[in-house]
Amino acid sequence: MSDEVILLDVYASMFGMRVRIALAEKGVEYEYREEDLGNKSPFLLQMNPVYKKIPVLIHNGNPICESLLILEYIDEVWKDNKSPPLLPSDAYHRATARFWADFVDKKVFDLGRRLWTRKGEEQEAAKKEFIDALKLLEGELGNKPYLGGDKFGYLDVALVAYYSWFYAYEKCGNFSIEEHCPKLVAWAKRCMKKESVAKSLADPIKVYEFTLMLKKKYGLE
Amino acid sequence: MSDEVKLLDFWGSPFAARVRIALAEKGVSYELQAEDIFGGKSDLLLTSNPIYEKVPVLLHDGKPVVESTNIVYYIDETWSTQGPQLLPACSYGRARARFWADFIDKKVFDTGCNIWKGQGEELELAKKEFIDILKKLDGALGDKDYYGGDKFGFLDVLLIALSSWFLAYEKYGGFTIEEESPKIAAWMKRCSERASVVKGLPDSQQVCELVGTIRKMHGLE
Repeated sequence: MSDEVILLDVYASMFGMRVRIALAEKGVEYEYREEDLGNKSPFLLQMNPVYKKIPVLIHNGNPICESLLILEYIDEVWKDNKSPPLLPSDAYHRATARFWADFVDKKVFDLGRRLWTRKGEEQEAAKKEFIDALKLLEGELGNKPYLGGDKFGYLDVALVAYYSWFYAYEKCGNFSIEEHCPKLVAWAKRCMKKESVAKSLADPIKVYEFTLMLKKKYGLE
Repeated sequence: MSDEVKLLDFWGSPFAARVRIALAEKGVSYELQAEDIFGGKSDLLLTSNPIYEKVPVLLHDGKPVVESTNIVYYIDETWSTQGPQLLPACSYGRARARFWADFIDKKVFDTGCNIWKGQGEELELAKKEFIDILKKLDGALGDKDYYGGDKFGFLDVLLIALSSWFLAYEKYGGFTIEEESPKIAAWMKRCSERASVVKGLPDSQQVCELVGTIRKMHGLE
């Protein structure tokens, strides 16, 4: 049976990038459709009526929403493909990976957003908390090559997408992430050597320009 | 394997209730350690959940699993041959279940809190939001007896546990679930007849009193 796979996405979205990486890891062919968040397509609204957000993966007409859930779906459905599973094989390590991925979404995203949208004291507070959160992730990495252990996995996919936003965070916050978290940046560069990551991540300069555009649009300058 | 299972718990926590229900569904024996979350959390809690310092924590042969939804996934996967399968068998069904679990986790408890913490306009807004959420959950249930279809499943565990706080929301919000969604009210009654739910759910009246106590602590009455 030929699979019809469509991805509704936005170039600079770190959530979309996660799905692109996972599909590339599994060698799945799909149709990429760029959404304009200022003018969402009726198809997107139909496929994700609850949140009206990207990314949405549509597999043979069935929509799957929320990037981390899409990763689990991709890992389950295309599990016989050439690449190893993204999620760990035992339940305990799966629980740990899910915990940290949830931490990334609870902390890194919100703090990062506060970093590039706020100024002054608020921004400084966000910067400190952001670095603290990244340090916790560095701790979880330890001396392993990947967050998944010896192999690139689910948690690596969940976090590495944010690497394309590091430049924007650094420019807006006037600091260097590598200075505070050298191990984490080394890990990100290691991940970037993988073709699935390199071709899926947005250009950091374009991401920064995207934040500048949004700041202008919402009067955040 | 000895399977030593311990749950760090608080009687009134709807999140801990999820774990109690799931363990009962699977017929897993465990030791319950009641935590005094207002008076002083145990060292074991603080060391096994250092990031959030919250209940519930499941300790399986000493290894901690945290975040209630994560714990329920873990229980279903670890004791997969015991008791009912809580998650659906097919990948798309699992993706849908995870989606609604994530929706429930993002929306229900926090909006409910805004009802019993809020006053005036804030309260009215929270009430309106909660009723909106109920309508979406009503739609997701459809004509099924359970969110799991014919059988009580994963989503039923997650939501029925949170429903132990609904009486408090009704009291402070001035509405009834029966009126806003007779379907959800019927589903609640159906689930509450299950042995695991009878055993695991805190008494709604006692939860109301707990909420009253917390309100006093916050100077809200």
